[in-house]
Amino acid sequence: MASRDSTDTPTKDTGQTAIRVEGVSKLFKLPHEKSGSIKSKVINFRKRGYELQQALNDVSFEVKKGEFFGVVGRNGSGKSTLLKLLAGIYTPTKGHVQINGSLTPFIELGVGFNQELTGRENIFLNGSLLGFDRKEMQAMYQDIVEFAELERFMDQKLKNYSSGMLVRLAFSIAIRAQGDILLLDEVLAVGDAAFRQKCNDYFANLKRDKQTIILVSHSMAAIERYCDRALLLEAGQVVRVGSSAEIASLYEDMILKEEGEKANKAIKAQSQESAAKKSDINALVRITQGGKRVKSVKALKDFQVEIKIKSRKDIPEAYAGLSIRNSEGQIVLALDTIDYIGETLLEKNKERKIVVSPDNVFTNGVYYVTLAVGNAGDLSEDDDDRQLFKQRNIASFTIFGIRKYGNSLIHPHCEVRQG
Amino acid sequence: MFRRIFSKKNRVLLSELVRTDFKLRYQGSVLGYAWSLLQPLFFFLILYVVFTLLKVNKGIPHYSVYLLVGMVLWSFFREMTSGSITSIVGRGDLIRKIRIPRWIIILSSSFSAAISLVFNLVIILIFLAANHVGLSINDLWFFLIILEVYIFSLGIALYLSAAFVKYRDVSYIWDVIIQGGFYLTPIIYPLSKITNLTLQKFIMLNPISQSIQDARYAVVWRGTQTTSDTFAGGPYKFIPFGVVVVVFAAGLSYFRKQSKTFAEDL
Repeated sequence: MASRDSTDTPTKDTGQTAIRVEGVSKLFKLPHEKSGSIKSKVINFRKRGYELQQALNDVSFEVKKGEFFGVVGRNGSGKSTLLKLLAGIYTPTKGHVQINGSLTPFIELGVGFNQELTGRENIFLNGSLLGFDRKEMQAMYQDIVEFAELERFMDQKLKNYSSGMLVRLAFSIAIRAQGDILLLDEVLAVGDAAFRQKCNDYFANLKRDKQTIILVSHSMAAIERYCDRALLLEAGQVVRVGSSAEIASLYEDMILKEEGEKANKAIKAQSQESAAKKSDINALVRITQGGKRVKSVKALKDFQVEIKIKSRKDIPEAYAGLSIRNSEGQIVLALDTIDYIGETLLEKNKERKIVVSPDNVFTNGVYYVTLAVGNAGDLSEDDDDRQLFKQRNIASFTIFGIRKYGNSLIHPHCEVRQG
Repeated sequence: MFRRIFSKKNRVLLSELVRTDFKLRYQGSVLGYAWSLLQPLFFFLILYVVFTLLKVNKGIPHYSVYLLVGMVLWSFFREMTSGSITSIVGRGDLIRKIRIPRWIIILSSSFSAAISLVFNLVIILIFLAANHVGLSINDLWFFLIILEVYIFSLGIALYLSAAFVKYRDVSYIWDVIIQGGFYLTPIIYPLSKITNLTLQKFIMLNPISQSIQDARYAVVWRGTQTTSDTFAGGPYKFIPFGVVVVVFAAGLSYFRKQSKTFAEDL
């Protein structure tokens, strides 16, 4: 049973809830090929000419009146579908959407603009989508034009506008919308710095005025700045509803772990390539926590870099060089085992394990390990001659759970004083 | 219900959509709005000359107005239906991104057709005067007849525009039907030219034929053969009205059912 209730006048008796979404699912039928003609319908009429795609699966949440509510998720996670369901553009396949109060009909900027009409005419046309008649639009016309900073262009056709001008005009009209609930999809990053400031002021005002707003954004900065609470969507399902700070860090961790996965895959492919090259030394690096292999490490938690080396011949005075780079390729940590444990004896065909436990001073990000094995007994001048083995990006790991401040490291024991 | 349909929001949107349509239609042309009058006038002149030369007009007084009334009603019907087919698809960006009542789009294109009709009615008035056909209280029937054509066309427009979202074949099929329909309706020839009486009856069951003949009867010439005459006043004469009601109800219900998924199907 799919249904949707909407009252156009705000009702007091339903209490503080502005939006209630209960067990909403949305299935899309995606046609395999364009079956937009009767002929193909006749020909394929036994075959199921479409694929079912579950865009949303059992989504439930509630938004209170006066709340600035964020919706976060990756591309294709179902954010836009959710917004369109709230707006009443789609009907849910299953579940129930309840809206208390009037919704502004815009979810995207510049919808309904006509390229062949002038800026002036488009203002009136767009205003009508918000429910304003000509008289009302006439009254706010000057303000709109001034806000958009487009006084000189109002009698030009819209097709001669730059994309920045278009967005400014659209935004200036859209903020005139008067509804109990605003739905906004990715609109914060428009225009130049000065215009962005205006937009920020507008959002700050909305927040102060306790407007009910649903904001869909990729910008965690915006989510944290404006939203009281947020919802994280992944593959059409609600991962979590929580404070905006919690959701923002959860989302960033999700993105990080995914980047880490990608790095791991790339490394696997690369090491298979280098395995083909014959070398006297075989080496392996793993990131572990308490002896168990891990792919990602929570910030500030201890972890180990486990190195296993096997040689085809005896090397009495071997050492390992280890460096860790961030995703920009800068070395953030480098060490030689010789400085800690002296030379290591590598016996022929016998595996040797070295465990390095660095302080976890890393901030959020993907890190790459480079390993080199050298022979300190080799007296040749050249570093390269002493080096028996080197593999860049032999392993990678991801640090999550802490905010990133540039590319700097965390300083666990750093004291800052004023005086 | 009616107040919700024509709430201020919807009225404002409707008038702005119609205004935009009208503005864009003659944009870039030197004569602009004048074409609303000139174009139907030229079409009419061509047909008038051809069919006067062919002597189809024998026995019909005021043939020019007689022909004109038929043409005007037909082109109203054609514009309402053919013009609406692509309207939902054409406004796809609105439908996919804004919550507006879908029927407003159909209504706005029907109003555009109605505006053309008003211009055409002006031409009819001029020709009535030129032919010295006096106006009478009976002429008011013409407005009811126009309403009938409007409702019939709206039903078809709702059906076609919704079907076109899924099947683009609809517009080609409708083109053919409109072409054939023009000759299956007594517009350029008098009904008496159809000597097969069964065919004559069949033709007069079509609400458009019935409307055109009734309009001629009311406005131009009392000798016009109406549906009522064709069925000798029997109950069959009500069939065209039944067709109008059924077509409108079916179109509306199909449109309402389909419109729920317009945003996804587009």
